[in-house]
Amino acid sequence: MNSAVLVFPGINRERDMARTLKIVSGNETAMVWHAERALPAGTDLVVIPGGFSYGDYLRCGAIAARSPVMDAVRAHAARGGLVLGVCNGFQILCESGLLPGVLMRNQQLKFICRDVYLKVERSDTPFTRGYNAGQVIRVPVAHGEGNYVADGETIARLEGEGRVLFRYSSPDGIIDPDWNHNGAINAIAGIVNAGGNVLGMMPHPENHVESIMGCTDGRGLFAGLVQHFEKAA
Amino acid sequence: MRNEPQITPELVAEHGLKPDEYQRILDLIGREPTLTELGIFSAMWNEHCSYKSSKVHLRGLPTEAPWVIQGPGENAGVIDIGDGLAVVFKMESHNHPSYIEPYQGAATGVGGILRDVFTMGARPIACLNALSFGDPGHPKTRHLVSGVVAGIGGYGNSFGVPTVGGQVRFHTRYDGNNLVNAMAVGLARSDAIFYAAASGVNMPIVYLGSKTGRDGIHGASMASAEFGEDSEEKRPTVQVGDPFAEKLLLEACLEIMRQDCVIAIQDMGAAGLTCSAVEMGAKGDLGVTLELDRVPTRETGMSAYEMMLSESQERMLMVLKPEKEKEAEGIFRKWGLDFAIVGHTTPTKRFLIKHGGDVMADLPIKELGDEAPVYHRPFVESPKLPQIRAGEVKAPLPLAAALEKLIGTPDLCSRRWVWEQYDHIIGGNTVQRPGGDAAVVRVEDGPKGLAMTCDVTPRYCEADPFEGGKQAVAEAYRNLCAVGARPLAVTDNLNFGNPEKPDIMGQFVGCVRGIAQACKALDFPVVSGNVSLYNETNGRAILPTPTIGGVGLLDDFAKSATLALKNDGDVILLVGETAGWLGQSLYLRDICGREEGAPPPVDLAAERRHGEVVRELIATRQVNAVHDVSDGGLLVALAEMAMASKLGARLDAESGAVPAHAFWFGEDQARYVVTVAPAQADALASFLAVRGIAVRRLGTVGGTALAIAGENPLPVATLQAAFEGWFPAYMAGG
Repeated sequence: MNSAVLVFPGINRERDMARTLKIVSGNETAMVWHAERALPAGTDLVVIPGGFSYGDYLRCGAIAARSPVMDAVRAHAARGGLVLGVCNGFQILCESGLLPGVLMRNQQLKFICRDVYLKVERSDTPFTRGYNAGQVIRVPVAHGEGNYVADGETIARLEGEGRVLFRYSSPDGIIDPDWNHNGAINAIAGIVNAGGNVLGMMPHPENHVESIMGCTDGRGLFAGLVQHFEKAA
Repeated sequence: MRNEPQITPELVAEHGLKPDEYQRILDLIGREPTLTELGIFSAMWNEHCSYKSSKVHLRGLPTEAPWVIQGPGENAGVIDIGDGLAVVFKMESHNHPSYIEPYQGAATGVGGILRDVFTMGARPIACLNALSFGDPGHPKTRHLVSGVVAGIGGYGNSFGVPTVGGQVRFHTRYDGNNLVNAMAVGLARSDAIFYAAASGVNMPIVYLGSKTGRDGIHGASMASAEFGEDSEEKRPTVQVGDPFAEKLLLEACLEIMRQDCVIAIQDMGAAGLTCSAVEMGAKGDLGVTLELDRVPTRETGMSAYEMMLSESQERMLMVLKPEKEKEAEGIFRKWGLDFAIVGHTTPTKRFLIKHGGDVMADLPIKELGDEAPVYHRPFVESPKLPQIRAGEVKAPLPLAAALEKLIGTPDLCSRRWVWEQYDHIIGGNTVQRPGGDAAVVRVEDGPKGLAMTCDVTPRYCEADPFEGGKQAVAEAYRNLCAVGARPLAVTDNLNFGNPEKPDIMGQFVGCVRGIAQACKALDFPVVSGNVSLYNETNGRAILPTPTIGGVGLLDDFAKSATLALKNDGDVILLVGETAGWLGQSLYLRDICGREEGAPPPVDLAAERRHGEVVRELIATRQVNAVHDVSDGGLLVALAEMAMASKLGARLDAESGAVPAHAFWFGEDQARYVVTVAPAQADALASFLAVRGIAVRRLGTVGGTALAIAGENPLPVATLQAAFEGWFPAYMAGG
């Protein structure tokens, strides 16, 4: 799997992501500066990591979404190429029009960093094939603006088309406001586009991949992607 | 030189300079200073920058060890951890700004300490902070907690460094004068550390980072004065932080350091351009000429005086290798940062400031720093307080009820509300998250790990500065040992009241002597630090608060110990002596309503002996859980171990001659609780006994309650509710 991690000024989880991709895929990852106009040849997976691009002083992700490199990302996605956006990356995907909706401030108006539980809704996508449908995984969140919001029609379409891949849940997989730390509509933690090739999610699976660090629940996402490309090859 | 306003005694006083200090300036330069020069002197000679009251006492601190690469005097301390790696760390206060403007004050405190670390060539890998707030009932406390915590998180989270540990306390003596002590730890190659000393004549001096504005003018002078009713009017002296700019500055600085462009580098912190330029020149025995017309400014019409005293954030001064100028500029432009050559080094040892074709200041550069006044301030030792005899303290509550109450008090309850607002996992290296004895962070891809902690018990320091100073160091040492790390070095952040008062000065001197003695005895040198004096409002001083930031090394981070109880049936052992010391204990204060007596004495030889043996037990995996015993005593330590695991314990130890409440809640020092598999318990106890280390069996792990013999079992879930309840409920109130 050849992956490319985008680096915008103010992105700060690019090193975490690159390390995880290396651990799981065995390959070095290309780090792509925001001013580039093309992705490295042969890129399978584009990853937009977490951080505070441009300080998130405007709406989060709004400036990065207009960077030169994003045209290349749109073209990659239009060709059916896979794109993963995590945290600020999810916000950037929403701002760039690749995903619907918007990430608002957390319901409690505070930044929250903690482990949360996610219910994996489907296992028949390249992003979730490393999991079983209904499986509950524990991964950390670290964001101030992760409260997913979209109009009723969009939500109905996302739900109807099975495009919600991850939901905040209790450790037993129950969807419950007490376990939805940011107040997202329908406890939405991650969604894909209509083509199923662009995933945006708030939690950080890349921070839970090493057993020596205590939890490997995030590994399935990356291991599944590696399998996806192995199978394709 | 251009004519500026006449220097009047009022103007001198407004600059925080005493008449005799002004006379010293006149003697030094042989004429009346310009206004710009007066500003420069006030910036260099205030307490914050000159250490004029503390210097003579700080000389007593041990600062050397074979693993120390750089002790105090640079931007941060540096220690060697092997494998060609060095750890760069320091703690610094941002107390006064955080009271006036809590969000920005705390945020820029984090920004400043991060810059101190990456200026030396290190990538920051962790932050910690020690926060002291006023009484929870004081009308401003909630607002201050909320703003300070949000500010620390807002800066560190965006910059991208994990905030992994710290302290939060409440006490009425911090009403009107809260403390924000921020610590940063970074990792560098030990052969690529960068320093402030300039070298070479006619080398370009480069200004990097954000533009200069009118914010923060006289910030350092404000931090060197007491507060009164008008303190809110000092809001314009607080700077505004931009963590995005700082992140860019970090990446750009590390990149030009890798390209070998840099001769010397200094961040613009307190007193901005003045302090950084003077230090670069003075340390390199060179003069500095600055052309202020070239300084990037964000406002028009800024005077030389304003530019020299601005404390705008996210700025650096650098001496570049001339042949690398273009390359360095390219890197900074790539990151979208300002880059301007604003001056050069000279052979004259003069600090020459030019602006608009005029010379605005022409001062001897060495004397600006070296000839700052040094005071041997008079001091009186704090009176010794009587020892509280445990037998004379009546227990108002059964043990379990007292524990349930204590664990939900502001000083002992969970700090989750605070640390969940800090990204404590970014970097993917946080092995032990907040809530344990010390945070543990993996070094690169391992196997080494760094442990870090911030400690001080101000009520002990107030009651007996010398023992309190010792205890702050001993507790940092203990917290590092409790996770299995070898303590290497400390940074100290000494927060006190007005040093012109002999009793306050006595507290300072006592604490520093105690710190010095403990650091010597524990081979735990001081490599960096900061002094914050004049922490008084309307004449009332804070509790003496010498915060100790300790750093330790684990050869294998995977072997670090945690405090959570592990297995049903494990035997619980107490390492160390228990005399039942209730003086200055939280039990005495929060259960009996008495804040009095002498604090527990610290036996440094025992601290060292017990710390070493605990480390050995952890490294050889003989113990399953480890926790140091500190605030609240033994029963509180056990409750914390139970809550971390949800497992309970049966506690059947006899307290013997010590009254039960003093045994379970006394705050005797040099103690650890460890748990061990039942089959190994006797062997472990005799192993310790043979070494002359006191050990006693407290009970066994099991069930879902803390069951103290003769008392109603206290469910861990009940404890948890009390422990987790206070902070969110308090913050939601008001």
